Amino acid sequence: MSPLLWGGLFGLLSGTAIALAALFGVWWERKVSGRMQMRFGPQQAGPAGLLQTLADTIKLVLKEDVTPAAADARIFRMAPLLVFAPVALSLLVVPLVTGWAPLDSGVGVLLFLAVPSVSVLGVLLGGWSSANTYGTLGGLRGAAQMVSYEIPRTLSVLALVVVAGTMRPSALMGAWRLWWLPLFAVAFVVYLISSIAELNRGPFDLPEADSELVAGYFVDYTGIRWAIFMMAEYGGMLACSLFGAAMFLGGTNGLPGLLGALVLLVKAVAIVTVIIWVKWSFPRFRQDQLMRLAWKVLTPIALVQLLVAGAVAVVWLR
Amino acid sequence: MPVEVESKRPVIDELGREVDELVVNIGPSHPSTHGVCRIIAHLDGEIVVKAEPVIGYLHRGIEKMAENRTYLQVVPLTDRLDYVGSMYANWAYCRAVERLADIRVPERAEYIRVIVCELQRIASHMMGVGASGADTGAATVFIYAFEVRERIVELFEELCGARLTYNYVRPGGVSADLPDGWIERCREVVRWAPDRLLELDRLFFGNYIAAERMKGIGVLSQSDAIAWGASGPTARASGVTFDIRKNDPYSVYPRIDFRVPVGENGDCFDRGRVKVLEAIESCRIVDQALEQIQPGPVAAEGLPRLLRPRAGDAYDHIESARGSLGVYLVSDGSPRPFRMHVRSPAFCNLQLLGLLARGHTVSDLVVILGSLDPVFGEVDR
Repeated sequence: MSPLLWGGLFGLLSGTAIALAALFGVWWERKVSGRMQMRFGPQQAGPAGLLQTLADTIKLVLKEDVTPAAADARIFRMAPLLVFAPVALSLLVVPLVTGWAPLDSGVGVLLFLAVPSVSVLGVLLGGWSSANTYGTLGGLRGAAQMVSYEIPRTLSVLALVVVAGTMRPSALMGAWRLWWLPLFAVAFVVYLISSIAELNRGPFDLPEADSELVAGYFVDYTGIRWAIFMMAEYGGMLACSLFGAAMFLGGTNGLPGLLGALVLLVKAVAIVTVIIWVKWSFPRFRQDQLMRLAWKVLTPIALVQLLVAGAVAVVWLR
Repeated sequence: MPVEVESKRPVIDELGREVDELVVNIGPSHPSTHGVCRIIAHLDGEIVVKAEPVIGYLHRGIEKMAENRTYLQVVPLTDRLDYVGSMYANWAYCRAVERLADIRVPERAEYIRVIVCELQRIASHMMGVGASGADTGAATVFIYAFEVRERIVELFEELCGARLTYNYVRPGGVSADLPDGWIERCREVVRWAPDRLLELDRLFFGNYIAAERMKGIGVLSQSDAIAWGASGPTARASGVTFDIRKNDPYSVYPRIDFRVPVGENGDCFDRGRVKVLEAIESCRIVDQALEQIQPGPVAAEGLPRLLRPRAGDAYDHIESARGSLGVYLVSDGSPRPFRMHVRSPAFCNLQLLGLLARGHTVSDLVVILGSLDPVFGEVDR
């Protein structure tokens, strides 16, 4: 198969997967948060309100696509795609079945960690090009935050790589052993926290901070472009929880085919649930506290974890 | 979204440095301005150099409207002052009228007034704390607070048919006696509520992030609190032990045993925490009042349908959820007030915003505004 065709096919599949994940994710978030708040969440559209998100999506697609008069139109229109595409691309290297990933590259882990960083540009440009003070502040906050949390996130995954001795995602998942759980418990927590921050979700949702910046960098977006931002968020949640489940929690546990994929999916949904749970129970950080957490707490912890992993790799596994 | 970006002009700060100032307009329509407050924030990056509240978007001229209505017709207007705590404005106004016309209020009516106003304090504080939660991004805190508020609003609905503007306290008494079984249902609520309030306290004030966000933010010193005329939880959080229920006792409060929670630091955390503690204390007050209440009339007898108080003036104040709420009435002997003025605690407390927000970030500005708990019906009148 020609690379171009394969790329196109994967893009289509990845886009569909993210759309489905967003469809389910929004419903799941509304149901979980509803239960936390003594409400029912969506109930009316479809069984248990499952089709609510679909109805919302149809509404969003039909809405007028507004570009503010003062906005830098081309950049403004492009920004949502710039946020979405890297997220879709990062799904490429997540091993879904034992021993297989859509792109089982020898530097897959690196790709997964590096590619979503491009989203920063989308956030920054989206906020800046709106010509709106709220949008500008949101975009700047988002850029600072996403760049900072890259580091602890990368370091936490690096600890796994050191012990497994490979950056090939499927091989890394295959190398997983039960004793990794206690060894990398700290790294997993660091990974989870910095992933939430990467996704701009609560308690790190400062870039959108609805109580002060209204919606932050996407304050001026409407209809389908707003929906693309949302899909990127839920796609990012899917990617980071699938990747986290595959790398830290044993992934498919070596089970063959669909059974393994199911096990992986259940673990990923569990991680998604924790992310939702955290968002709906915690207040939001302030910008300086957020930075302090990234640089003064998470990064040193991740470094220590890396050191421990290195010691284990050198002393024990040799 | 109305946003104004003024053209850049050099601004020199106190140390003589040039500050690149960004003027951001927040409100009057914004998710966290608690109604229709507009703040013009001058920012240096994210730091607030100056924050100026602009009020008047909810001005309906209630004080002027009162001059064209009979004394009884003014009561529904007072509902619209502090619409989160209508009972207080009803009561403060009625006390001024009663003082002006020398009306004696039956004891049962006084007890009912204390009960509804303390319930109102819980309901109002739940709104304040819940909104503080929403301001810091903790949406669930808001819903937890509203669970308690909802139970109280249901009690009020049973009492007078309304959930927000009660028109319940009237000159000479209250509009209706307690319905059958109301005392038991009320007792059940005030015995159930403290546990829920403590749970809310743990969920919000026990949270590390919430403490980080609110401790040391918007510190109001004791002397500033007094100098700026702050009252209510805002002043008490700064260590000012001023509560009209204790300092100028009215109604049946002297017969009830209760404490007044006082904060130490005067920051947003204490302002919020004091409200929760006060709400728990209010549960105790209601419980005692329900024990002490005796059967009897609930309105003064022989009151003329058209009140014509003697010519003169009267002022009376009560401790509302937001502080010292006073009503000043001038009568010229006609059936209509010659002049009414409301001393609004929300208005006085809101003035502090500029003082408290200086040097903090935009995120803190929102939290500080929420901790002052302004209700714009009362600020703008």
